[in-house]
Amino acid sequence: MTDAARAVADAHRREWALVLAATVRVARDLDLAEECVQEAYAAALTAWARDGTPANPAAWLTTTARRRAMDAMRREATFRSRLPLLVEPAETGYEPATDPPPEQTDAVPDERLRLVFTCCHPALAPEARLALTLRLVCGLPTADVARALLVSEQTMAARITRAKKKIATARIPYRVPRPAELPDRLPAVLGVVHLLYTAGHTAPSGPTLLRTDAADRALHLARTLRALMPDEPEVGGLLALLLATDARRATRTGPDGGLLRLEDQDRSRWDRAALAEAHELIVAGLRAGRPGRYTLQAAIAALYAEAPTYDETDWQQLVTLYDRLLAVWPSPVVALNRTVPVSMASGPAVALALVDELAADPRLARYPYLPAVRADLLRRLDRPAEAALAYRDALARTDNDAERGFLAARLAEVDIEP
Amino acid sequence: MAQYAILIFDDPTAGDYTAGQLAESKQHAEDIVDSGAMVSAYALAAPETATSLRGDVVTDGPFVDTKEVVAGFCVIEAPDLDAALAVARDNPAVRWGRGGVEVRPVAGSIPPAR
Repeated sequence: MTDAARAVADAHRREWALVLAATVRVARDLDLAEECVQEAYAAALTAWARDGTPANPAAWLTTTARRRAMDAMRREATFRSRLPLLVEPAETGYEPATDPPPEQTDAVPDERLRLVFTCCHPALAPEARLALTLRLVCGLPTADVARALLVSEQTMAARITRAKKKIATARIPYRVPRPAELPDRLPAVLGVVHLLYTAGHTAPSGPTLLRTDAADRALHLARTLRALMPDEPEVGGLLALLLATDARRATRTGPDGGLLRLEDQDRSRWDRAALAEAHELIVAGLRAGRPGRYTLQAAIAALYAEAPTYDETDWQQLVTLYDRLLAVWPSPVVALNRTVPVSMASGPAVALALVDELAADPRLARYPYLPAVRADLLRRLDRPAEAALAYRDALARTDNDAERGFLAARLAEVDIEP
Repeated sequence: MAQYAILIFDDPTAGDYTAGQLAESKQHAEDIVDSGAMVSAYALAAPETATSLRGDVVTDGPFVDTKEVVAGFCVIEAPDLDAALAVARDNPAVRWGRGGVEVRPVAGSIPPAR
């Protein structure tokens, strides 16, 4: 790769959202803005190879993309006037877009926030929010978005087109919500980033457990949000959760790609710098008072990771944190996860009774981890026949090959039948 | 400004609206008028008074057989979806637990919008 190509690739990864967000302000049309930003990156390949990489690549790209957008709008003035334009309330009202001073572009970092909040508007379907965020904020080609979210490219293209059409026709505004609206609007944004990380962390199907690119994108987004909204405790909580989970990324699977249990993972290979960063964010989040869902989830992940060995984990403290988490986020999955530290603090029999209660919850009817947790408790209670049944049940509920391999191995341990 | 239709859905099996609910609805509509956002508003008679036509077939009752039926609608002006949703959220039908509202952008009208 040439220096210019490397600089362009780097600018694509780091600056795409910024350049697109600044261009949308001029184009007031997501498709036109995307087109112009793509052209600007393509132009950069030649220009930077010839003239060298500019001191401020984002500003160069933004100026180029915006100029192209202005040209296109002048050329197609009549045509475009019939299309609904993105609504930009408050600051600019509805006066026609004028050529803004390009040197200002890198001084307005919250341009990206507008883009994120528009992509994650609650009036869009959750899967459309995730797709739009990957496409527009992360700059992923539609084919890659489709692959990351396990749908066909055609389906994804249709989903993205439909969402963009709704943004324009229903006039979903291109703005950052007012502080009073943030409690309503922020969860959707954090949910998208978390979902993106989860999609990368555990592929729901397919040969490998991890799809690192999606996880990396999510971490990058969480960091960006943290930089843009430093005073929102749950933004810090989400970043901490991703860091504390990601610190164990290298040890979650063995050399053969198989799943490794927490107690079997090599703790010396955990990313201590990431854990330390998570720890600081968690302390700040807990100190801010009334910690939310992500801060508490991060505190749980960090507490698991901070124990020198699995057996030295502070199980009682984990149960307490799970209780607090359940209070702010009453989810049956959280209740199920809580049974793991309960089984260590109060014994597997107590935990099994809780799991059997949860099994009646219809929301967990197809959840693969419920029979897996149940099987493990039965194994520890020395009830191998029932454990084997539960492992088979869990196997029937997951398509991820690494998870299936793990469950099959556990099944072989308890299965006394030939 | 754009126009949005707010369609009010209701479950008629929940019984007639109470006098309090009717007063709340009226007050809500007057609030929209006072804010200058109201284009027009209509309350519809009970769904069993509806007659539906499809091809040559005439049937008694609403066009779509669903638990909740359109009980009324209004058209408002709003600068963007967030503003329209804010008006819709204040509609008392959202809180009564027997239906809710749908917000749809208006694509065109006769006479044309101002």
